[in-house]
Formats: sequence, structure tokens, C-alpha cells
Amino acid sequence: MRAVEDALGIRVPENARIIRNLLGGIQYVQDHVIHFYHLHALDWVDVTSALKADPADTAELAQSISDWPKSTADYFRGVKDKLSTFVGSGQLGPFANGYWGHPEYKLPPEANLMAVAHYLEALDWQRDVIRVHAILGSKNPHPQTYLVGGMAIPIDPDSESALNADKLALIRKLFARAKEFVEQVYIPDLLAVASFYKEWASYGEGLGNFLVYGEFPDAAGKYLFPAGAIFDRDLSTVQPVDHQKINEYVSHSWFDYSDGDQAAKHPWEGETEPNYTGPRPPYEFLETDGKYSWVKAPRYEGKAVEVGPLARMLVAYASGESRAKELVGSALDTLEVGPEALFSTLGRTAARGLETVLVAEQLEPWLDELATHIADGDLKVHNGELWDPDTWPSEAKGWGHCEAPRGALGHWIHIVNQKVANYQCVVPSTWNSSPRDARGQMGAYEASLVGTPVSDPEQPIEILRTIHSFDPCMACAVHVVDVQGRELTRVHLDGSM
Amino acid sequence: MVLGLGNILMRDEGIGVRAVELLAERYEFPPEVQLLDGGTLGLNLLPYVEDADRLLVIDAVHVGGEPGTVVRLESEEVPAFLGVKISPHQIGLADLLAAARLRGRCPRELVLVGVQPGVIDTGLELSPPVAAQVGALVEAALSQLSRWGIEWTMKLLPEKEGDDRWK
Repeated sequence: MRAVEDALGIRVPENARIIRNLLGGIQYVQDHVIHFYHLHALDWVDVTSALKADPADTAELAQSISDWPKSTADYFRGVKDKLSTFVGSGQLGPFANGYWGHPEYKLPPEANLMAVAHYLEALDWQRDVIRVHAILGSKNPHPQTYLVGGMAIPIDPDSESALNADKLALIRKLFARAKEFVEQVYIPDLLAVASFYKEWASYGEGLGNFLVYGEFPDAAGKYLFPAGAIFDRDLSTVQPVDHQKINEYVSHSWFDYSDGDQAAKHPWEGETEPNYTGPRPPYEFLETDGKYSWVKAPRYEGKAVEVGPLARMLVAYASGESRAKELVGSALDTLEVGPEALFSTLGRTAARGLETVLVAEQLEPWLDELATHIADGDLKVHNGELWDPDTWPSEAKGWGHCEAPRGALGHWIHIVNQKVANYQCVVPSTWNSSPRDARGQMGAYEASLVGTPVSDPEQPIEILRTIHSFDPCMACAVHVVDVQGRELTRVHLDGSM
Repeated sequence: MVLGLGNILMRDEGIGVRAVELLAERYEFPPEVQLLDGGTLGLNLLPYVEDADRLLVIDAVHVGGEPGTVVRLESEEVPAFLGVKISPHQIGLADLLAAARLRGRCPRELVLVGVQPGVIDTGLELSPPVAAQVGALVEAALSQLSRWGIEWTMKLLPEKEGDDRWK
């Protein structure tokens, strides 16, 4: 959508810009909370240990870190009883694959019980807050109201079926609920859990190169998360982003390029010709000297970069954004660690929480801005001037970009004679999970695992911690093989939606 | 609640969704019956499962029989079977049911009608042995609803040319 708008030079009305921020913003908040509680927390929280917790001590712990009104001894006793019945039944469902009792779990039983209680709370909370998508987008998880030139949701204070004052009031209520949970539950839990795992501030760094396209534009076009690139951990220099510096390699990917597989192609010239040359599945061994992945290897200025929450918070921090600096500074103070701790598994997981605060704080102001426009009689949500393809030039190229919750997302389009001649997407997990390029450079996941200690190769929880810290958007498998090439274990990681 | 699960982009994997589509297209149900294409939404379906008084799941299940074999499982059998990975969706559905149970909000009754998939690979078409059983699967779902005392009626629809989903 933004790729076509860029190609044709379409400006979307202010209301459409705001509604896109609202939809994208609540998506961040919901997605990040789900990631923390339902996908990542179990790497740090031992569910079975929670059964040993004292509910009164748990309440005391919870009240010491947050004003969340539910944190009473009775409440935690109720959760513990439920959990106990559940574990006793032997059917663990979402908890079936945990490495329970692993010595790498460091939380006391009370912290584990608190986290399990909030795991359950988050299930209800996320269902509520994402109703904003149903109101503005008509459907979740795939909103239907995005349109080239704006949005398809009508605004009309006098219509039941359009966006009106009642719906704005409901959205406001849901935003308040979203922000309250982030501030009173998610962030206190995140910091409490992190304080028991500070050694993870020195593992999982990865590349030290970061890329952000920028997102959540205001009326002047300034981004809440500024665009920029950081190289070699150098926070003193944020470079401007030029999409022409992006190229993709397929030297280790199961695709062919017409001018040879060592070539680097900008997405406008991109080619996606699958050519599987790997072994016939199911296979036990993959030769990584040749092609070994369905993921291409995107590079910026020839360098592998990390995208996502850590990249966004670092670029915002290094660009001198005051609220980002405040949030990062306060988290570092609470954990009593220096800024170098940011370049780590823990830093990545913390950055996701901090940017959730940043976005959650903007939801209401954005809604106010929209309400003001409506009050002033500005109901426009779509610019249809170039709706008819006959109004288009015979050839146009565009680059649409956004910051998805998982990171920088780019779409490139080439339109010839009103038809799509080429369309390429480079998605966040392509950057982070990329295989090696023609020069043998590692992608972010691979680099982040170098040097990670694994105490028990049969239960490589340390690997899960780092890979999950990226919020992978794919199912992948980790095989741990010893130096003789014997496989010790394999672990499957399932991405979320 | 009649919940069809599956990924329609993976051929037989999408049989549950196809069956719910047919139920919606061909039959009338009283207002308390809700039909839902659950796709592959996993935990996002939790509120629907928790709000259901009785839950009928339609899904592809690995029962080890010939492709197209129709099975019916009820209450405790469902998650127990899921525990041994008979459904390609076992993670999603098993998690869903376990999470509902953990929260003490399980449906009063739970039945799964399923069919053994033949081909699970990228594509929109059902494989012939599974396609041949769509009618039987829909019948199994309808007879379960009857057993629950739900009165359904067939819609009067003109025969569509080329629609051989029943044959």
C-alpha cells in the first residue's frame, strides 16, 4: 500500500495517517505483551516451581514492584490452586515442552507464580485491547480497511455504522486498559525477571549493526521511532537510511539469480526464482557450505544488520529522543547496569518492553488528534485522486516501508503500464534470520548465538532465550551436534502469528 | 460453537474450514449456534472456546487410517488424542483446550469430528479421497448437532453447475 503510494506520489489524508498509527500502535502493544508472556516468558519462568510459592509472599513481592490492584494473597492462592489442578492432570498443553526444573531457571517460586498469574491475565487483556482492530480495521489479525490513498473506514459522527463518538469513546477505554497493563504489569514483571538474569546482558549480542526505517509519523512527518542505521555499536553516529543501499544475496539460499548466484540485487531488480537443491526431506544433515535456506540474505551497505525493538530503541536513544533516553536510562538504573548491557539478549527483550511503553503513551494523544479533526468537521480518510489506473504514468517505482513489531519491513514495487512488473518484500525476520551472504557474513540470529554457553546440550534453554528474544516469525529448528557430528538434540521453535 | 480448524493453503489441512463453509452455505441453524472459520488462529480463538457451552471441532486428524477416514472423538478423548500428535494442528488446538481448562472455562461438552488427511502440501484442492468424504464429515457434524437437540434445516439452493463438493 505504501509502496504504491510512494510510486504514484499519493499523499494520504491526515485522518488516515492517524488511524494507521492507531492500528499499528495497538498492534505493537498487544504483540509485544503476547510475545513476552506467551512466547518468551517460559524461557525464564519455571511453571512447576510456581507450585512451591507462598501466596502471601507472592502478594508482597508483587505489591513491592507495582500498584496493580489484583495482587492480593487470595488472588495468588487462587492461581496456584488452578495451576496445581492443571499440572496434576498431566496434560500440560502450552507448558508441555518446557525444561522444567532446569538449573538455569533462577527465579524464586514467588516470582514464578506472579509471572504465571500474569500469563493468564494477559490472555484476557489481549483479547480486549485488540478489539480496537475490529473497530477500526473490521478484522483481526488481518485488518481490512487499509487502502491505497488512505483508509476505507468512514468517519461520520451521525452514523451508527461509521467511526463516531461512541466508537472513539470505546477505543479510548481500551487504550487506557492497554497502557495500564503495560505500566503496572508488563514492565514491572520484565524488570523483576531481568534482575535475576543479569548475566544475559553479556550474551546474545550478535552483529552490533542496526537498521530502522522509522514509524508512526506525526503531522510534520517526524517519526516516533526515528529512521537510522548504527554500525559497530557506535551510538555516537546515527546514519541516515538510503534504501538504495539495500541488496539481497542468494548465494546460500534456494533461489536462482539470472546473472549468477554471487550477485547482489536491490529489491527493485529483485528476482524470486525458487530452486531447491537441498536433500530430500526428511533429512538429518544440511550442507551449509552451499545453499541451505529459504531465506534470502539482505544486506545494508554490504553489512548484515539487526532490525526490531532493540534497533529502534538504540536509534531513538542515539538520536537523542528524550522519552526514549529517559525510559532506557531508568531501566538501566533499576537493573544497575551500563549502556553496554543493551547489546545483548536481555537488552533486546528489555527494548521490546520499553518501546511498548513509548507507543502505549502515544495512543491517547493520537486519538485526541483524530477527535479534534472530527470536531472541526474534517472527515476525510481517503485520497482517491489517483484511484483510476488511467491517471497513472506508464511506469512508476515505489518503496513502501514501515516498522512492524518485529522490525523494519520494506516492500518494493515496479509498475509498468498499470500492472505490477515486479514486487519484492524484505521482511524483518529475513534480516534477522538471514543465512550467510556471498562473503560468508553471518545474519543476526547466527551471530547472536556465537559464544553462548549451553550447560546441558540435551536441554538448550540458552539457545531458546536468545532466538526467542528476536521474536522469530517462523518455525525453525535448532540441532545441537557434538564435535564428532553426532546429533545431541533438536529443538523446534514456533513463531507466533 | 462449531469450529472449523485448518490452513486452506495446505490442501487437506484445510478440511475443517471447508466443512464449516459448507455448513454455513447449505444449512440454517438456530441463533444459538455459531459457525466459525478458526483458520490457524491458535490462542486467538480462546475467547470463542471459553464462551461456548458445547464445542464441536472439525479438523484434520492423524488417526493412522486410510486418507478420508472419518472419526468422532468426545470429551477426554480429544486432548488425549491430541497429546499424541494426531492433528497437524495439535499445538494450536491442544494449547487452546489446555489454556481453557487451566482457566476453568472449558465447554461443558466437547466433540471433535475429523478426517484423516491424505496430502498436506501447498495447494488449494483437497486430495480425492478426502474430497470424497466432505459430505460424510458434514453429516457427522450435523448428526452431532442433532444429538445435542439442535434443529437444523437445509437451505433451498439451486444446484450450482460444476460444484462437485458433494460427490
